[in-house]
Amino acid sequence: MRYLNKQSIEDIALGASLLGAGGGGDPYIGKVTALSAVEQNGPVKLLDVNELPDDSLMISSSMMGAPSVQVEKFLNGNEYDRLMDKLARYLGEKFYATFPIEAGGINSIIPIAAASRLGIPMVDCDSMGRAFPELQMSTFSIYGIKATPLAITDEKGNIGIIDTIDNNWTEKIARAITDKMGAAASVCSFPIRGRDLKKSSVRNIVTYSENIGKTIREQSKKKSITVQALLDVTGGYHMFSGKITDVSRTTRSGFNYGKTVIDGIDEGKNQRAEILFQNENIVLKRNGKVVETAPDLICLVDLETLTPMTNEGLKYGKRVHILGLPCDPKWRTPKGIELVGPRYFGYDIDYVELEKLMEEKNKRSF
Amino acid sequence: MNYRIGIDVGGTNTDAVILDDQFHLLAKQKSHTSQDIEAGIRNSLHQVLEESQIDRDQITHVMLGTTQCTNAIVERKRLSTVGVIRLAYPATMSVVPYTAWPEDLKEVLSGQYKVIHGGYEFNGEVLSEINESEIRDLLHSWKGKIDTVAVIGVFSSLKDDQEKQVETIVHQELGEQIPVSLSCEIGSLGLIERENATILNSALFGVIKTTAQGFEHALIAEGIHHAQIYLCQNDGTLMSLSFARKFPIFTIACGPTNSIRGASYLSKLQNAVVLDVGGTTSDIGVINKGFPRQSSTAVEIGGIRTNFRMPDIISIGLGGGSIIRKTDKGYTIGPDSVGYQITEKAKVFGGNTLTTTDIAVRLGKAEVGNQQFIADLPIEDAEQIYKQVGSTVAAAIDRMKNSAEEIQVILVGGGSIVVPSKIDGVSKIIRDENGDVANAIGACISQVSGQYEKIYIYDEIQREDAMQDAKYHAVNQAIKAGAQKESIQTVDVEEVPLAYYPGNANRIRIKVVGDLS
Repeated sequence: MRYLNKQSIEDIALGASLLGAGGGGDPYIGKVTALSAVEQNGPVKLLDVNELPDDSLMISSSMMGAPSVQVEKFLNGNEYDRLMDKLARYLGEKFYATFPIEAGGINSIIPIAAASRLGIPMVDCDSMGRAFPELQMSTFSIYGIKATPLAITDEKGNIGIIDTIDNNWTEKIARAITDKMGAAASVCSFPIRGRDLKKSSVRNIVTYSENIGKTIREQSKKKSITVQALLDVTGGYHMFSGKITDVSRTTRSGFNYGKTVIDGIDEGKNQRAEILFQNENIVLKRNGKVVETAPDLICLVDLETLTPMTNEGLKYGKRVHILGLPCDPKWRTPKGIELVGPRYFGYDIDYVELEKLMEEKNKRSF
Repeated sequence: MNYRIGIDVGGTNTDAVILDDQFHLLAKQKSHTSQDIEAGIRNSLHQVLEESQIDRDQITHVMLGTTQCTNAIVERKRLSTVGVIRLAYPATMSVVPYTAWPEDLKEVLSGQYKVIHGGYEFNGEVLSEINESEIRDLLHSWKGKIDTVAVIGVFSSLKDDQEKQVETIVHQELGEQIPVSLSCEIGSLGLIERENATILNSALFGVIKTTAQGFEHALIAEGIHHAQIYLCQNDGTLMSLSFARKFPIFTIACGPTNSIRGASYLSKLQNAVVLDVGGTTSDIGVINKGFPRQSSTAVEIGGIRTNFRMPDIISIGLGGGSIIRKTDKGYTIGPDSVGYQITEKAKVFGGNTLTTTDIAVRLGKAEVGNQQFIADLPIEDAEQIYKQVGSTVAAAIDRMKNSAEEIQVILVGGGSIVVPSKIDGVSKIIRDENGDVANAIGACISQVSGQYEKIYIYDEIQREDAMQDAKYHAVNQAIKAGAQKESIQTVDVEEVPLAYYPGNANRIRIKVVGDLS
């Protein structure tokens, strides 16, 4: 157990934007929301998953909808008070703690604001270990844990409780309600017992995000910045360095699809990397060959400051490192790959673990 | 013959130029920027008029690019107190106005704010209706405590009716003379950033009033009675004094913009990179269809995050006075500089510090100071440093390019002698003898613009119609700012598809410019 202070919040927001793997949007509004809440209500207690009693009941706090609405019409602040109160009455049991559903953008930070207001702890885990675009893309789905009963609300006070037959239906129905609520809504989902959270969550994600953020912050103060420190803290690989030479985007059925082309610099000169994205980065190719796919993380950071870059902020001429980070092992199961592997996103590619792809590459170079 | 005068106030120098109606340069002047700024302006104006000896009655336009507003924010001086009304309740209470502002600045502005009923949804539906008596009670409680009002409504950049209603109520309650800033006229999507820019705009009402009066008085004192007076905006266009009195925030950062525009004019290039080399740093900007490319990220002013338009400029620590040091691995250049003390400290001027200017002199690229004082530096070392300067510049230019193709670079500014004439990725370097006053020329040749931004739902409105609608509003803005209707041209169209929005939503931003009428 430890407390999260203001510096922790800054670091978590920064670090989680790397784990957003190109998606998740700008974490700024989430960060100021959490900072304001902590200023008013005091710091938040962070619990390790192991500290949870097996029978205790936890609930995730998140936002659903368009990041571009969330920067204009943001929270009243009382949304999670009302959601948890309503859901606890529906379930006949109070919540012991809350936790983030994903790492990246606003959702890595919102549970801190909720926990601070409610005076309950936050758990150091999430259900993705990164960001994904849809609600059912959760490690909980692998274990057959349902997102419902789920409570959803707007800032006006309208609340819905939905109870569905599976998580795909939850995504569909909650998405429709979100539209009516003004394209952004607050959600409490996945009521889950301590024993199930121990089994099915991605652990220590808050601390992991914080360590990444801290590393970037400390590096950016140094005279010569190295990407190695970031690889050390993430256990990731340096995939490519180059300059963005093209970004093309289209929108289909509520998602940003696109391709980022990066031409190599220095020793990578005359090489080219391509990233295919669907909100988050899904496929990385080097010189036309697939070298990494989701669910492993394909992350871009600014070459000079190591600041993580989201796909909406990319533009020609930006110099970047591409980092490959291994995903949580739960995603590497057949069920996990079915949920978030390259085929789910419409690419005719088999998922191969990042470490194996790197091994092959190293063999070839000898 | 008609004439126009351009004046640009920079950190070090206040420059003035006179052009005739064919835009020929008749006279130029540089004087030191004074502490109060006004004296420097008067000084430059006086000198340039003396030099040209033109008939003052034939001066038709005078353009001023000034840093007075920027300085007021940075120094927290002469700012007006502001009452901030956010139309959003019950939304947005989690982050109230002035969150993350420097405490001292908040205090200077009196820190008065209230989040009240109002605002729209993303599709223009009402979030909450405004409540007149709530607004009147609030204004009543602020009587005597505030000089100005700032009104910010959720999604007001899509629909501005509520903000305009509130403006009317403010005038009824606090009087017609109280200045009001509406966020719909200042920034784009992103409530906090737009709110911050709107508050700053209100805070600057007093500053812009004295600036405008001071400038008018200076012109009268110099016998200029018939000229139209304009202030420069940071997007490379002008606003009339009456418009500027409502939008002082738009004067911020007009200096770099003027220098980019002036460089473009001198070189006759519409698309190029502009490298403005000063004493300590170099600014690099991109000229696109004759206008500076705008930054796409949040911009901080005096420690406050805003989202209003700013030129996309990077600065590197390389200038005419950059200090060169020898290390085990070779030479380092800057980022520190001898600055304005170059004429005492640089080797060619008899000093002890090796600077980039010394290298240019050693290699015969420039003739300043005494070449003998630098003769002991091995020529190979000088060449190596010169090459290093070139690759630093090349890397920075490359970051700013629009495409991978080689591009022309316009070189301006007092420190430009230190830059080699061959740079990787650059097809041609263009220098001009009047490059030292490019900023004042930029002020002088400015046009007027209009801009409009809105989210359109393509399932409800055809794309063509949406574009027409946006253009119509942009053109009206330009006419309001003083543009000649026939001369108006579209210079920028941005269309961004929005993820997660229902109904195929797209954000369209259109910008038009026209000649002064």
